[in-house]
Amino acid sequence: MIKNSILMFLGLFMLASCETTSMFGDSVRGGVGDGSRSSLQEYLRKEVGDIVYFETDKHNISASAAFKLEAQANWIKSTPGFSVIIEGHCDERGTREYNLALGERRANSVKEFLVSMGVDGGRIQTISYGKERPTNSGASSEAYAENRRVVTIVGE
Amino acid sequence: MNLKFLFLFCIFFSKTSFSEVKIDITQGNIDPIPYALLNFDSSTPELLDYSKKICGVVKNNLDRTGLFKNLTGNSIIENKISFNKRPDFSNWRITSAQVLIHGRINIDKDKKLVLEFRLWDIFQEKQMIAQQLVTSKSNWRRISHVISDVIYSRITGESGYFDSRIVYISESGLKTNRKKRLAIMDQDGANHKFLTDGTYLTLTPRFSPAAQKIAYLSYFNRVPRVFLLDLNTGEQKVLGDFPGMTFSPRFSPDGKKLIMSLAKNGNTDIYEMNLKTLKMFRLTKYKGIDTSPSYSPDGKNVVFESDRSGRQQIYRMSLSTKKIKRISFGKGKYATPVWSPRGDLIAFTKFTGGQFFIGVMYDDGSGERVVYSAYLVEGPTWSPNGRILAFYSQVKVDDKITKPKIKIIDLTGRNLRELITPADASDPAWSGLLP
Repeated sequence: MIKNSILMFLGLFMLASCETTSMFGDSVRGGVGDGSRSSLQEYLRKEVGDIVYFETDKHNISASAAFKLEAQANWIKSTPGFSVIIEGHCDERGTREYNLALGERRANSVKEFLVSMGVDGGRIQTISYGKERPTNSGASSEAYAENRRVVTIVGE
Repeated sequence: MNLKFLFLFCIFFSKTSFSEVKIDITQGNIDPIPYALLNFDSSTPELLDYSKKICGVVKNNLDRTGLFKNLTGNSIIENKISFNKRPDFSNWRITSAQVLIHGRINIDKDKKLVLEFRLWDIFQEKQMIAQQLVTSKSNWRRISHVISDVIYSRITGESGYFDSRIVYISESGLKTNRKKRLAIMDQDGANHKFLTDGTYLTLTPRFSPAAQKIAYLSYFNRVPRVFLLDLNTGEQKVLGDFPGMTFSPRFSPDGKKLIMSLAKNGNTDIYEMNLKTLKMFRLTKYKGIDTSPSYSPDGKNVVFESDRSGRQQIYRMSLSTKKIKRISFGKGKYATPVWSPRGDLIAFTKFTGGQFFIGVMYDDGSGERVVYSAYLVEGPTWSPNGRILAFYSQVKVDDKITKPKIKIIDLTGRNLRELITPADASDPAWSGLLP
């Protein structure tokens, strides 16, 4: 069990060139619609929206985020057979340890929202990356805004 | 690594017509004291080689403080003097040197290096200190740091810091998928070694008081947790199994406990872990983020940051009464408080007006002053004598951000230097003086 997880974790570094948006991208590159994790993730990203954004130092769910998360909740409820991993992220304009806590707080807000929409809490895991995994490497306010995010990842 | 030093103190030759050489390192601007360091007397090519290496390390240590200036080349009149004779001070007085360091190196019957050295005050014509040190050949570098500490300490009146190490995070790769590895080196950058291979994200290492263990955050197995690495055995283990994420560890001064944050269900509190039983004791209960705790050197108090007021500020807790008091009140956000090993000051990171600052304040929050500032500076750590801060820094140049590097600066705000590392570097933690 632990060994499997370690192998999977290794996989994510090796597959850096893969097209997946998450650092926990599936190691299987399936075609869209074949029910594999990558195709489910692709559907979530394109059709539902897998990322919601936050204001500086905030973890409350904005109206536009709520709209997206409601769609996510409906999709997750109607698509059984997998768990989701909620990744919390921050911009680099904060200290490392505070951002780890803030990322956890953001991920938890999203989890609570999904559960309030009827998603089984047992299907949801959260993890914080703080400011360790920005999606935009720039140093502009637009880049920071893109990095203050929670990403929903299709898990096992 | 068990070092056995034999110390022999001998004080003789005393004359008091000039005041003694002394540096007050609490002053902002001082002229470095010129000194002459002669190669130690040696009787074989092997010992001459050790003499050169040891003197090189000592020179490098002293010169990097900015408090001393090495006198070289033609300005030195005599470069061979006998260890057992008083130097001819009239020859030295016409140079600019104020102190003269000289010694000899021998080998004993156990094939150990025997080092003797004297520190001379040239104007007072007086020996300031003399010592004999015995160590195995492989320890030549550490003995050089010990000699440097003795000299530094004798002239400044402060304890030294050269015989110490720095653990940090070595970084490489794209910003969006940074590879971060634990690495360790001597305070002068020598003996660099990677401790993890970069398979897992690792962050925020901290030394145990005896510098034999390192607590750090690892994303091993996709669960961010505090791990403990034993430098003697190389063993790495996770500390406890709790629901949620443990992070932000720091050792108690007696090394028996670890203070850290535990985040779960959107709430981050501070806990103290008994390292024997791995039991956790909860110290804060506020609904909000309480993190970056640090013990006072006597182990009786803790400083930490909390956003309970709406933004990050520094708080102080008495461990006996559990009473909490806010101590930072300036403009901006205050984070990562770290108690000085001397007990008098708290170093912190501050963010205001789009700029990060490293600063210090007294332990009641008074006397705040900034030591350094840049686009991103974070996570100060104290030198063993509480006179120097190390931190990591990124500077903005024409809309481009430089890669993170470790910088060190005197508490007075002078003598800023970058520590040379094989790759980018962040999250430094300075050990105490090695046991």
